Amino acid sequence: MSVLLNVNNLKTQFRTERGVVKAVDGVSYQVDEHEIVGLVGESGCGKSVSQLSVLQLIPDPPGKIVGGEVIFDGHDLLKFEANGAEMRSVRGGKIAMIFQEPMTSLNPVLTIGRQLTEMPELHFKMDHEAARERAIELLKLVGISDAADRISSYPHQFSGGMRQRVMIAMALSCNPKIIIADEPTTAVDVTTQAQLLELMADMVEKFNTSLVIVTHNLGVVARYANRIYVMYAGRIVESSTSKDIFGDPRHPYTIGLLKSVPRLDEPRGRKLVPIDGLPPNLIGMPPTCAFMPRCPYRVDKCKREPWPELRPVEGQHYISCYVDIRERQDELVTK
Amino acid sequence: MNSLPNDTILEVENLKMYFPVLRGLLRKKVADVKAVDDISFKVKRSETLGLVGETGCGKTTTGRCVLRLYRPTAGKILFEGKDITQLPEGKIRPFRRRMSLIFQDPYGSLDPRQSAGSIVGEPLKTHHMVSSNGEYQDRVEELFRTVGLDPSMTDRVPHEFSGGQRQRIGIGRALACNPSFIVCDEPISALDVSIQAQIINLLQELQEKLGLTYLFIAHDLSVVRHISNRLAVMYLGRIVEITDWKALYENPLHPYTKALLSAVPIPDPFVEEKRKRIILQGDVPSAVDPPTGCNFHPRCPIAIAECSQAVPPLRDIGGGHEVACIRV
Repeated sequence: MSVLLNVNNLKTQFRTERGVVKAVDGVSYQVDEHEIVGLVGESGCGKSVSQLSVLQLIPDPPGKIVGGEVIFDGHDLLKFEANGAEMRSVRGGKIAMIFQEPMTSLNPVLTIGRQLTEMPELHFKMDHEAARERAIELLKLVGISDAADRISSYPHQFSGGMRQRVMIAMALSCNPKIIIADEPTTAVDVTTQAQLLELMADMVEKFNTSLVIVTHNLGVVARYANRIYVMYAGRIVESSTSKDIFGDPRHPYTIGLLKSVPRLDEPRGRKLVPIDGLPPNLIGMPPTCAFMPRCPYRVDKCKREPWPELRPVEGQHYISCYVDIRERQDELVTK
Repeated sequence: MNSLPNDTILEVENLKMYFPVLRGLLRKKVADVKAVDDISFKVKRSETLGLVGETGCGKTTTGRCVLRLYRPTAGKILFEGKDITQLPEGKIRPFRRRMSLIFQDPYGSLDPRQSAGSIVGEPLKTHHMVSSNGEYQDRVEELFRTVGLDPSMTDRVPHEFSGGQRQRIGIGRALACNPSFIVCDEPISALDVSIQAQIINLLQELQEKLGLTYLFIAHDLSVVRHISNRLAVMYLGRIVEITDWKALYENPLHPYTKALLSAVPIPDPFVEEKRKRIILQGDVPSAVDPPTGCNFHPRCPIAIAECSQAVPPLRDIGGGHEVACIRV
């Protein structure tokens, strides 16, 4: 499989009154053709900002992409003018985005049809009739019944799940190579979440596209993602196949996350193990590992040395940690 | 005063809570939102009853009715044996001491200009639980320690605390009057994943230490399973299934419960590979004009013609496992 998107050492910062927030601090990842990638982390870890940076959607000021490269289709997207023709042909066209809040990302005063036809008309210079035909077809595909009628509805006439389906249809409207879905199911209920995830996985097949799911919910990506990147405080701390991340996690943060949530299928009565402390403030961070203050496995080296680079531990499995969890299995059991 | 056996702290019978839909200049009532439509359940002392369901199913309304923050449209609420359904505001006060509420949003539920200490201590004053300033200070500090906060932080205001700490302040406030019964309304869903476990553990420790009874409202089924002794599943204003946690998770009977459980993602690709999901079609209908009969029937994979005829009653199919479905 060939690499479709290659993000290298991406850095995005926000200037605030209190100082510079290093929201994304050297993130590298890649998305292969026809792959579903999960980007997991808690709020404020930089997962959304990294995705917005890829599409140059960071408001400047206060934000600024200060380094790195985003290689897509043989070009570095960061070299393009944010509002130039080249970037616009990528944004929404070749790389589409689905946002968390379908109500705020749809325009309330325009019909669904108007919003669905806009992108093909812009990107493909499609005439209005053809674009409308296509919009109806897409709405049918994403499971909206009476699509020909509903196309003249306004967003408020749709339920949350249906709005998110419209967002999915919109993302698909230009046959994108990559769809970035930023917390696509956070605002909806669990049965709707299941519907939407199933739909997105179907669409990846049908449209032969790649999908990046950004989420804080480990469960959401377990079923669908081929590869998972775990982020903490602006960096990727662990990456591997979905099976490795869940079956053999090696970074203390990933382990902590997995142990802190109850699972539907485990024997009950296990005491949850919370991660001590709080996620860090991203202003004026020390150069050491940002997870170190909360880490139950920290060693002296962690306090002396800078935040470690990602290192391979096995095959495609990478962690940014000095500690070898495997040697400390006993602690793992008792902690 | 006890007309009930001692082990039942709360009994809800045929509770209905309708909110009027008003239209036009004269604000004429044109319809009702049937937020809670004829539900009955009991909560035993020192247990946790989990109330699960999706947005708009009436779980929060149920919690608020039980605390008498709403005056129910119909039905009966017995708290510690006493009927509190229609008590006037003045008479409900003494009961408010015995029951309290933990809110979902630790940001919106704390007054941003009030100090943490006075937030926690306010119920003490409202209910005249302390006689002197010294006693008040001692109690506030004790409450801070109980919920794992540093008593030296009483003078700080909410924005100086993290989300998890704010939720602890909310819990401290809920505990101020030594309640026996607490409605926890989505107490962790606004918190970061790594913080949620801290609050769940705290709630469990407090229950053990203080003998609290919880009505735990949540949409996250993994969390509810972790904390509850018994569970009630709600759909569109009605309870469709109620039983102990084990039976519900190991042997769910109502088709909605089954779909709901199968939709919960498990953070394990090996398990997920073998799991089969029941994907429900369509959306939850409006509570203004719910479907006839069993209100789940338009989405139900096993519905038959009879399902749209009459509302299926909750019936015990053995061992206290109650389910409202004629196909079971």
